[in-house]
Amino acid sequence: MSTEAQQQTSTASRAEYCVIACAEAWRDNGEVLASPMGLIPGIGARLAKRTFSPDLLLTDGEALIVGLDGTAEGWLPYRHHLTMVTGGKRHVMMGASQIDRFGNQNISCIGDWERPARQLLGVRGAPVNTLNNPTSYWVPKHSPRVFVEKVDMICGVGYDSAEAAGPSATRYHRLPRVVSNLGVFDFETPDHSMRLASLHPGVTVEEVREATGFALTIADDVPYTREPTAEELRLIREVIDPKGTRDREVKPV
Amino acid sequence: MTDKTMTPEEVVSRLRSGMTIGIGGWGSRRKPMALVRAILRSDLTDLTVVSYGGPDVGLLAAAGKIRKLVTAFATLDSIALEPHFRTARQEGAFELTEVDEAMFMWGLHAAANRLPFLPVRAGIGSDVMRVNPQLRTVTSPYDDGETFVAMPALRLDAALVHMNRADRLGNGQYLGPDPYFDDLFCEAAAEAYVSCERVVDTAELTKEAAPQSLLLKRTSVTGVVETPNGAHFTTCTPDYGRDEAFQKLYAATDWPEFAERFLSGEDESAYQTAVKTWHEEQSK
Repeated sequence: MSTEAQQQTSTASRAEYCVIACAEAWRDNGEVLASPMGLIPGIGARLAKRTFSPDLLLTDGEALIVGLDGTAEGWLPYRHHLTMVTGGKRHVMMGASQIDRFGNQNISCIGDWERPARQLLGVRGAPVNTLNNPTSYWVPKHSPRVFVEKVDMICGVGYDSAEAAGPSATRYHRLPRVVSNLGVFDFETPDHSMRLASLHPGVTVEEVREATGFALTIADDVPYTREPTAEELRLIREVIDPKGTRDREVKPV
Repeated sequence: MTDKTMTPEEVVSRLRSGMTIGIGGWGSRRKPMALVRAILRSDLTDLTVVSYGGPDVGLLAAAGKIRKLVTAFATLDSIALEPHFRTARQEGAFELTEVDEAMFMWGLHAAANRLPFLPVRAGIGSDVMRVNPQLRTVTSPYDDGETFVAMPALRLDAALVHMNRADRLGNGQYLGPDPYFDDLFCEAAAEAYVSCERVVDTAELTKEAAPQSLLLKRTSVTGVVETPNGAHFTTCTPDYGRDEAFQKLYAATDWPEFAERFLSGEDESAYQTAVKTWHEEQSK
């Protein structure tokens, strides 16, 4: 590790590694709509657009497509947004109340669907998202209650479920990554089960194992999530999130 | 030409218990709240409610008006989870048809176009299929041979939507950023009732706004109700934004207490007065 990198290791916060890991989801995506759900994914998407993915489209959270300075460049009411999804020109990063080994995601309810112990949002657009445009996930608090063996209600379709549903489900199905406060995960395994792709600096493999309710694929030598560059840190701290809201979503270690 | 203006009470008098009622808007955005409140004051019950759910669903659920809900979610937007929807679901208070946002939209499109269903690449592979065993799939008759969900038409007995402006004939105009699916709700319904901030002369509609803002055609509108602040406490951009303080109060207050204070009056103006009084108390 270079001296410069070591220096940065000691200065970037956990939340900032999460921002980098989220931003990386949109690298090389070209001219698509980035739909971040959650605070840190939102910072990540804007960072990606400011740096290595300038062609990304972002919305104002309502019906306008806006540039980084807020200038409107397009109109995207929900009905057009849904066409963006089914046309595939979008990469969404959704939240997950539960996510399993094959990337099935639940935001609907906990417990028996007929009469849930805890009603949450509902399936929302997770079924259409996962079958049509790349869908990544963000989990700010990695725990065995979120990373479960089997989700209570499949909203976002995982690899095993898409496979079982047939070719029209798998045709455009892709889950590029899952980012949590502990690391980055993907499905780059022969059976598309979840793999630990990188650890955020400061996190151990053991920590991840203990916080995960199923067996992850873990290589002998797991890389660390990359360091933010000095310019990226400046953008995060001074331009995109000067009030430090990211530390509220992922607390400093 | 037919003057379609009426009061919220007249709208409710045209509805029947057991009807399937579609409610426009999205989450806590431009909901026809004055018409929902009129239902709360009525004896109507046993309703099938079709909605991209917000506090409309919460209020009707809390008041025990819903037999069955068709939705993809219920949320207050700035408050993620709709408290009364949650309670009702956890108590098993009504039947639920939980579908995806896109499936819901194509269901409205099918109804508006008088089709039995429309194919959609959504639902298969998810538990939407498990919890809706009535859903069928359809195979493309062309070379691709792909299989899709055949989303059944969401036919409505009545639709309730809220616009910024309308004329007496039933032409409805939205001035905010998103039409949501209000035109589809009206076109999918046997009867559609439009509340609005202001009823204006037809010529006024396009004086300051582009013709594309004319969302609802009078052919699909049965009644027009002028209800200023009628989307309260949801957004009605650009006339007003969400009343966040009041929405917080709604989410944090026990239902009997909230209903007694704000919903026990005899009409919409009693509600508006109660809200105004509450705000005055807060600013003291």
